[in-house]
Amino acid sequence: MIPDIGLIALIIAFGLSVYATLLSVNGGMSKRPDWVASARNAVVAVFALLTISVLSVVYSLNALDFSQAYVADVSSRAMSPFLRITALWGGQQGSVLFWAWLMAGFVAVVVIRKWDADRELMPYVMFVAMLTTTFFVGVVVFITNPFTKMWLVPGAQDLVIAIFQPLNGQQYIPADGSGLNPLLRHFGMIGHPPTTYLGFTGFVIPFSFAIAALMKNDTSSDQWIRTVRRWTLVAWIFLSIGLILGGRWAYDVLGWGGFWGWDPVENAMLMPWLTGTAFLHSVMMTEKRGMLKKWNILLIILTYSLSLFGTFITRTGVIGSVHAFSKTALGPAFLIFISITFLGAMTLLMMRWSSLKAEHELESLFSREAAFVLQNMLFLAITIAVLWGTVFPLITELFTNTKITVGPPYFKKVTGPMFLALITLMGITPMLAWRRQAVNKLLSRLAVPLSGALIMAVARALINPKSPAISLFSIAMVTFVTISILAEFWRGTQIRMSTRGENPFTALIKLVINNRRRFGGYIIHLGVIMIALGFIGDAFYKQETQGTLSAGESLTIGEYSLRFDGLEGYMGSDGREIVEASTVLFKDGQQVKVLKPRRDYFVVQQQPVSIAGVYSTAGEDVYILLVGWESISNQSSTFKIYVNPLINWVWIGGFVLALGVLIGTWSQARGRSEATYSLKNQPEDGAVPAPAAAPSIGD
Amino acid sequence: MTKNKFLLLVLFAALASLFITAKVYAQDPAPTPASATVPSDNEVNLVAKKLYCPVCPNTPLDVCETQACKDWRAQIRDQLASGWTEKEVMDYFVTQYGERVLAEPERGGFTSLVWMLPLLIVALGLVFVGLVLKSWRASRLSRPLVQTESQTGTGIPKQILDKIEAEIRKVD
Amino acid sequence: MTEINPEPVDQTTPVEPAPNRIWSTTGRLVVVFLVVGLIALLAWGLVQAEKTPLEEGMAPDFTLTSFDGRTYTLSDLRGNVVIINFWASWCPPCREEAAYLERTWRKYKDKGVIFIGVDYADAEKPALAYIDEFDITYFNGPDLGTRISQSYNIKGVPETYYVAKDGTLRGNHIGPLFEPELDNRIDELLSEPYTK
Repeated sequence: MIPDIGLIALIIAFGLSVYATLLSVNGGMSKRPDWVASARNAVVAVFALLTISVLSVVYSLNALDFSQAYVADVSSRAMSPFLRITALWGGQQGSVLFWAWLMAGFVAVVVIRKWDADRELMPYVMFVAMLTTTFFVGVVVFITNPFTKMWLVPGAQDLVIAIFQPLNGQQYIPADGSGLNPLLRHFGMIGHPPTTYLGFTGFVIPFSFAIAALMKNDTSSDQWIRTVRRWTLVAWIFLSIGLILGGRWAYDVLGWGGFWGWDPVENAMLMPWLTGTAFLHSVMMTEKRGMLKKWNILLIILTYSLSLFGTFITRTGVIGSVHAFSKTALGPAFLIFISITFLGAMTLLMMRWSSLKAEHELESLFSREAAFVLQNMLFLAITIAVLWGTVFPLITELFTNTKITVGPPYFKKVTGPMFLALITLMGITPMLAWRRQAVNKLLSRLAVPLSGALIMAVARALINPKSPAISLFSIAMVTFVTISILAEFWRGTQIRMSTRGENPFTALIKLVINNRRRFGGYIIHLGVIMIALGFIGDAFYKQETQGTLSAGESLTIGEYSLRFDGLEGYMGSDGREIVEASTVLFKDGQQVKVLKPRRDYFVVQQQPVSIAGVYSTAGEDVYILLVGWESISNQSSTFKIYVNPLINWVWIGGFVLALGVLIGTWSQARGRSEATYSLKNQPEDGAVPAPAAAPSIGD
Repeated sequence: MTKNKFLLLVLFAALASLFITAKVYAQDPAPTPASATVPSDNEVNLVAKKLYCPVCPNTPLDVCETQACKDWRAQIRDQLASGWTEKEVMDYFVTQYGERVLAEPERGGFTSLVWMLPLLIVALGLVFVGLVLKSWRASRLSRPLVQTESQTGTGIPKQILDKIEAEIRKVD
Repeated sequence: MTEINPEPVDQTTPVEPAPNRIWSTTGRLVVVFLVVGLIALLAWGLVQAEKTPLEEGMAPDFTLTSFDGRTYTLSDLRGNVVIINFWASWCPPCREEAAYLERTWRKYKDKGVIFIGVDYADAEKPALAYIDEFDITYFNGPDLGTRISQSYNIKGVPETYYVAKDGTLRGNHIGPLFEPELDNRIDELLSEPYTK
């Protein structure tokens, strides 16, 4: 009954999506506001209907309605109600529905908000966004339908999965479901898919605006680019959080002591993040200087296409990955859709190429503009390098018929230096003025951060003389950027204190509140630096050791030692057999924590999951895995210990990043930043200086 | 002007040096010399880390917990014990299970392409950026200069500070 | 705030210099080529990923050196029914069929039937122990570089492929074999006439 409502809602949603798509573009072209309004209502209805559909699946998952094939696949009696609900995105069918629902949600929000700013553009925006949504709803209806049932059909070897009863079919209802993949039963996996999906689907909005602007040839107005910047930020922050939660999940669940494995699926998420980040920077060039219009549109198209590409890789077995879903007819449909989207968008861009003339003038090579261009190039180069490494196994197989692996060493060695260069630019660029930077001023401002950087690098080299040069350089650059960002806060606070006589605390708060976008940006940069710290620790200072211990024996790594006390086996609540080791961690001979690393074996799924015992501090994590044991009676077990320096800064950095985005976008929520900053046509005197360029005024 | 160009050159040189340092770093430490004793777990893992499990999707051999991987690590231990070098073990794995067991693609033959393209991209990117900036400058030079930056010392006068303040408030 | 220019074209700088335009045309061609190439590559990858184990046509030829140093080439075995079994010591289902395979081999070994065990991605020591454990006497060797398994598109182990006297594939069996399936298939293939 409930599933039937969901199915009917889904089918109507599909019909209305098609309706909204066709009507919006027709209404826009033939200037029929009533059609456009009708399409707009249809968009809202699609979202409402998909909500019903999603709720009905959630209901079935929770009520354990095993007549539903999807429920039988991902839910089970042993799972808690909370896990049953998260099973919505634990399998192929549910997650595609979830995806379509989120996308429809984004489109609905865009069409509901006031249209004043982009009235002319909105019918086209709606068209592009709904075209995409229609595809996804269509996939849910025709390819990965979550409302199928299982049927026993005489003569057929396997169960027939279909919505309607096949000839002579008899419905099969299992007594229990197989339950969610054990690896997905973790808070990171519960938060990771929704945030990542919000990021991926969110990019549909910037993409729709860009394509709509190209379709309408509306390139004289830059209004839409501001709308797009905001939506890109929304998608970007979700994707960022999604990436970090994914990392946290890998760290806690996959049991290899790391958080980023350069797996194809991880790369697939990283690539749109990279181009999206590049866009968020280059769009400032358009806002402030009217430059890089084509480039911006190209980046939007790339970002959206790469997020589709990411989904494609995740959903099909094209590139072998730990995370890939099982194969379905989804692959070909998706590939065709990606090709049409990307080629169509690129063709449109090329058709409009000449009308997208921006005014490009560079006063000095020593200016923020030049640094931005260099930075954008680096982002794109990293994206290409990651894409290349990800698809290269396919290329080798095609040309030499050899399967190869492109593992982390490639990605670290190739992208590492480029990321470092980006971090360096991150420190220098905010000090550069738009147009032209006086060199002597720059040097004087660089002096403090650079000496700080030098001191840190030398200190590190003295503490650990074997540090590789690149690690010292990384540390120097991270210090450099941190000091130069903090110096910005200090400078601003100083000015407020001396002009306003405010106390330092008020001055700092008001400084940030009154310059949200600029200081929000700095806070985001600080978050990125923290994440970079985690990567530096992982790349250069990680330690590991492994050893087999009998009860009472110890294993030593650096200043830590681990004593093994005994092994215990028991049954978990949700069908897992648990083997748990009792260990005590000592630091410099002092007991610091009792840790219980364990191995859970999920009997039904025949899948082991290692749960590490972790002693976590701001400086480092000690991560202990139980990798083997002879038998419970023998009491001899093998442990692997990782010491992961600075890893917690990745998660802290994630919070700081989110905070920065919140601060940076807050003012826009009040609509004040709608103001156009146009330096290019106005004499400097009466100009409203761009906030990010403010430091240059004092020079 | 030339000074600026010089500084820009220095910046590029610094970026270029990043790649050089990366290359220095890329040279792995010499493999541990084989000894007659039974190799420790850590010695085995050091080699296993550079290999991928031939049958699991994208899983390094040192962290893979399937029976097959345990057998392979035992095999590495036996090979190291009988005096094989790291290189010999890895070559054996490639012959037995194909090139896909290498975490890092070989730098010779077809797979050297994977390493070359990123370098090419960066080089082309830099050239492209250079050309673009140059053309922008050229279009700038065809117009009169609007304003050059005023150069004040570190002691910023009060009225300028006020002005900065006022402008910061205005824009945000 | 933003001024809308009725004729934005007038505002732009005049004509681009010619070399620039040529560059942008080649640039576009290169971009189109790369994009189409990438899509084609993915399409090919998709086809590869969807490939199922071979069932018909000429059985892909291979040469296998056994653990005890003998060498067999499939194409030299014309006139015999050949059973190719992919297995590995780490695979539990393989153990379910191992005894049955060996029993069947002993039953048919003098009747024009050849068994070839292809050991897929295995370590030598446990592989030899496995052969010992089940007292396997038919020809067994490691699949060097997993080339043979790739050419048959195996999806896992155990998988068994039936090759007729003329060297053509006559279907496969995915998963462990149980009595009397293998006997039936062998009898079927043996009964076929064969002339050189």
